[in-house]
Amino acid sequence: MSASFDADFVAQVQAASEQNLALCYQCGNCTAGCPYTFAYDIPVNQIMRLVQAGQKHKTLTCKSLWLCATCESCTTRCPNDIDVARIMDVLRHMARCEGHAPERAVKVFWDSFLESVRKHGRVFEAGLLAKYVARTGRVWTDFDLAPRIIPKGKLALKPHPIQGLGEMEKIFKRFEEQGGCL
Amino acid sequence: MRGHSFAYYPGCSGLGTSMEYDSSTRAVCKALFVELHDVPDWSCCGSSPAHTVDHVLSAALSARNLAKVESTGRETVITPCPSCLTNLRTAGHRMEKPEFRARVNSLLDTPCKGDVQAKSVLQILVEDVGLEMIAASVQKPLKGLKVAPYYGCIMNRPPEIMQFDDHENPMAMDRILAALGAEVVPFPLKVECCGASYGVARKDVVARLSSKLLDTAVGLGADMMATACPLCQMNLDLRQEQASQHSGRAYSMPVLYFTQLMGMALGVAEAELGFDKLCVSPDRAFEAMAASTIANKQSERGSRV
Ligand code: SF4
Ligand code: SF4
Repeated sequence: MSASFDADFVAQVQAASEQNLALCYQCGNCTAGCPYTFAYDIPVNQIMRLVQAGQKHKTLTCKSLWLCATCESCTTRCPNDIDVARIMDVLRHMARCEGHAPERAVKVFWDSFLESVRKHGRVFEAGLLAKYVARTGRVWTDFDLAPRIIPKGKLALKPHPIQGLGEMEKIFKRFEEQGGCL
Repeated sequence: MRGHSFAYYPGCSGLGTSMEYDSSTRAVCKALFVELHDVPDWSCCGSSPAHTVDHVLSAALSARNLAKVESTGRETVITPCPSCLTNLRTAGHRMEKPEFRARVNSLLDTPCKGDVQAKSVLQILVEDVGLEMIAASVQKPLKGLKVAPYYGCIMNRPPEIMQFDDHENPMAMDRILAALGAEVVPFPLKVECCGASYGVARKDVVARLSSKLLDTAVGLGADMMATACPLCQMNLDLRQEQASQHSGRAYSMPVLYFTQLMGMALGVAEAELGFDKLCVSPDRAFEAMAASTIANKQSERGSRV
C-alpha cells in the first residue's frame, strides 16, 4: 500500500538538489553501476521513482540512504544528467532532520567524525574510534586490525589541534543557530 | 630549470593513517622542484560525513581553508587526497553562485571569495611537471614490475566538478607508472568504489567490494596495486585479511601509493617513502624486480658474446 502523493516533499527535494526529477525515465543505469546495490534495501533507481511519486515516508526511512558512498557512478552515468548522488545526499539530510537513521552505526560514525572535527579542528582518528565504540556499545569489531596498525605508529595517540579552534566551533554553532540539523 | 610552487593541503589522514602518502608526496615534489607551502593552520574539510549532513556546512569547512589560501595570495592549492579534493572543488564550484556563497560565508569568521582552484597532486604532476620531466628524472627504473593502477571512485567523478582525465578510463597514473619504467596492467576496475569510509560501521560491505578489486588484480598477474587515495589504500591494505576471510582466498597483494613508487624510481631516500608503514610488504615484489633486472642484464651480456 502506498501513501498519497506528497507534493511538498517532491518540491523540497527538487529545490534542495537543484535537479529536475521528472527527467528520470527509469532506465536503471544508476542501479546497474551502483556498487552498493547488493547492500541496499531499495535500489537507487527505485528511490528516484519513489521521490517522483511523492512517497516521503518510504523514501526517508530506507537504509540505502545511509549506505550510499557518494561514489558518483550514478551521477556520471545517468543519460539525463541527473545528479543522482546529490539527490541521495539531500534525502539523507532530510532523513536526519526527521530523526530517521536505520543504519545507526553509520550515523554514529559520521557524527563522531564531525564532533572530532568540531573539537580539534582536524580528525583525531584514535579518539574518533574510541568514541564510536563507546556510543555503539559494540566491542571494537576491528580488533583484528590492532596488531597490524599499532606497530606501524600510524595511529596518533594525541590530537593535532589547530589554532583556529574558536572559528571551528563558531562554524558549527552558527549552523545550528540557523536551524541546521547535526 | 623552472620549478613550480603551490599551496598544499595535506588532509587529516596525512597526519595518521596515510602518513606515508604525505611524506612520499613531499619527497617526490621536492625531487621534481615543486615547492609546497602548507595552508596555514588548515582544518579538516569535513570529508564525507560533512556532506551527508548539509551542503552549506560542508562547503564552509572547505571554504575556511580556501580563504586561508586566498590570504596567502596563491591561486592553486593541491592535495593528495581525492576526498579532500572533491570537497574543496565542490565548495568552489557551488560558491560560484553568490547566494550559496553568502550562506557559506555566514558561517565563517573570514569570508571566502571562492577564486582559489583545488587540484590533485596527481594532476599537477602530469600537467605542470610533465611526463618528460618525470621520465628524465628516473634513476632506478621499475623494470619488470607489474602494477595495477587503481584510481578510486571520486578522483575523476563527476567530470563536471573534477575536470581532469577520463571519468571511465583515467590514464594519468598509468602514464606516470609507465614513465617510471613499470609494466602497467590494464586494470578494468580503475574507478570502482572500494567501500570508502564504511570500513568501521559496515566492514562486511567493504570486504566484499575490496575482494572484487583484489581478485581482479591477482587475476591480471599484478605484482602490486598503485593507488592515489588514502581510503582505498586503507581498505585494500589494512583490511586485506578481512577481504581474504570474506572471499576465502588468501591475498598477499601490496598496495602502494603511486608517490611511493615514484620516489623509489627517482632515487628518493627510503626513509621518506614509508614502505614499512604498509601492512602487506612490497619487499618480495621489489626483490623479484631486482632479480629479473640482473637476470636480464646477464642474458643481454650473454647474447652479445
Ligand atoms: S540513470 Fe538517471 S534516468 Fe536512469 S534510472 Fe537512474 S536517475 Fe533515472
Ligand atoms: S553515489 Fe551512491 S547511489 Fe550513486 S552509485 Fe554511488 S553508492 Fe550508488
